[in-house]
Amino acid sequence: MLGKGLLQGLAVTAKNLVGSYHDPARYVTQEYPEVQPKLPEAYRNFPFLVSETADDPMGTLRCVACQICEKECPPQCIYIEKSKDKKPDATGKAQIYPAVFAIDTAVCMSCQICVEVCPFDAIKMDQEFAIAATDRFGGLLLNREQLAKPNAYYHQIHPTEAAEVDERLAAERRAAEEKARLAAAAKAAAPKPAVPAAAAAAAPGAARPAPAGSTAPAASAPVDSVPPPAPRPPSP
Amino acid sequence: MILAAAAPASPADAWLERAPLLLRDALTGWLPDALRPWVAALLSIATILGVFGLLFAYMTLAERKILGRIQNRPGPNRTGPFGLLQPFADAIKALTKEDIVPRAADQVLHFLAPVVLVALSLIGLAVIPFGRNLVAVELEASVLYFFAAGAATELSIFMAGWASRNKYSLLAAMRALAQLISYEVPLLLSMVPVVVVAGSLSTTGIVAAQGGWAAGVWPHWHALTPWGFSAFGVFMVAALAESNRSPFDLPEAESELIAGHLTEYSGFKYALFFMAEYLGMAALSAMGVTLFLGGWQAPLAVLEFIPSYVWFGMKLLLLLLGFIWIRATFPRLRIDQLTRLSWKFLVPLALVNLVNGGLWAVTSDWTGAAGVARWVVSALLVVVPFVVLGRSLTAGYGPRTYRYASP
Repeated sequence: MLGKGLLQGLAVTAKNLVGSYHDPARYVTQEYPEVQPKLPEAYRNFPFLVSETADDPMGTLRCVACQICEKECPPQCIYIEKSKDKKPDATGKAQIYPAVFAIDTAVCMSCQICVEVCPFDAIKMDQEFAIAATDRFGGLLLNREQLAKPNAYYHQIHPTEAAEVDERLAAERRAAEEKARLAAAAKAAAPKPAVPAAAAAAAPGAARPAPAGSTAPAASAPVDSVPPPAPRPPSP
Repeated sequence: MILAAAAPASPADAWLERAPLLLRDALTGWLPDALRPWVAALLSIATILGVFGLLFAYMTLAERKILGRIQNRPGPNRTGPFGLLQPFADAIKALTKEDIVPRAADQVLHFLAPVVLVALSLIGLAVIPFGRNLVAVELEASVLYFFAAGAATELSIFMAGWASRNKYSLLAAMRALAQLISYEVPLLLSMVPVVVVAGSLSTTGIVAAQGGWAAGVWPHWHALTPWGFSAFGVFMVAALAESNRSPFDLPEAESELIAGHLTEYSGFKYALFFMAEYLGMAALSAMGVTLFLGGWQAPLAVLEFIPSYVWFGMKLLLLLLGFIWIRATFPRLRIDQLTRLSWKFLVPLALVNLVNGGLWAVTSDWTGAAGVARWVVSALLVVVPFVVLGRSLTAGYGPRTYRYASP
């Protein structure tokens, strides 16, 4: 019958019109500025610098200004100046820190290569997409104060990834402490034998031929038993 | 005696019913007799301009809102509460836009086209009876006048295409003319049986002929008779095409052409074209209400306490919502499908309907079994041509088969 399809079509649109008032499945629009979008965990756009605490972001930056990301960045949007002095990082170890760390978000192409090359888990991808500025040059060039965000924020936006990073960092830190403790113990035990303690600590390999008649193997054996740093999980 | 006195007076005497007329008399009563008809005419012009101007403004909003809802989104809701100030924001935007006139264009005609279009779309409203005794101009042949004014709008569309000195505008205007003239025919043919049955060319006469109820419940509206139903359908399809509305919006198919005859128009002139489109749509819907839906008559006697102009407005809004609903549903036709629909389907249906209406007029005094036979014959004269024409026109256009995708 001519016109059946027309009536079916009208029924479809009428259902949508009525349904949009009571059926959420028929009214899917989110009104953006009031309702913020629920971004997927894997969403990323621009990098930020991870600091250990929110209180003192500049003092607890993980970044040690090694400049690997600056060299790897395909569009060359990262600019780093190393500090002349050293400051203690979160673990108390003296480190160089970035005196200037700037990312030009007008140039950044969100490739995440900086994140992948960073050996210190110091730079991660942010989810902040509303970066509109009134000044297209200065406003989009973010300095280290703007880039620094606490680890807690990282946990908030990428919980799974942040948990992995924390676990790995904690394992590495434990390993380093263990190693330091054993080294200290070896140092304390070393003065008796003829071989200098420094040589024993510097020669962890048991395969290396031990000096004749020395007690070094006994001293260096525990060093070998230190577990190697946890392998990095394959990046997603 | 007391009961008879307490019974409500004729609905025509109710205060609300007469309120517009009382207001007019109050406003013009203090004037000298010679001036009074002139001021009254100006008042009705101002009323029509105000009411239909606002109707135009809020139709655009309602259209965008309803289209939005149908497409699972809210539609404009930022300007004022629920977006109610959106039409005014649009108007300010259109007014402040630069008005560009091509150097090669015919300056006078280019300016005149939108003005003439709006004027011609408006003058049709003068003869619509918006309520009991609420008609701006009482004419003997007001239906003729209305359709003459409506047909003249086609001239201004061609004027716009010609004056732009742009070959695409001109081609689009010619295409628009082909469409509009094609649909003039079914529009007028579907209206003729109404004139035959009502025995009047005046809109007030046609509305008066639709008063009263069969068996007390079935209004004598023309759309509620078989021939009238068919004529109403043909009329509304033709009205859709005449007012360039989707799915017949080929003249300015915005996704295919640049904007057809509107290509060289910008700013407020462009807004005037849109205003004319909505005014034309409102005028044709008002005519549809007058011819087929009983004009200002209430559907039931018990509902007559609602003033007649409210009934007219409700029917008008219903038709306008139908236009929006159709726009949200159907894809645009191709130009060959468009003319085919008119000449091969609507015109034959309207011609058969002419005979049908004539029979209805001749047999108006049949009652009882003959009265039933009259309805049956009239219904057959509607259904049989519809089915036969539909079958023959869709033969070979079987249901679509999908080779690679599932429907």
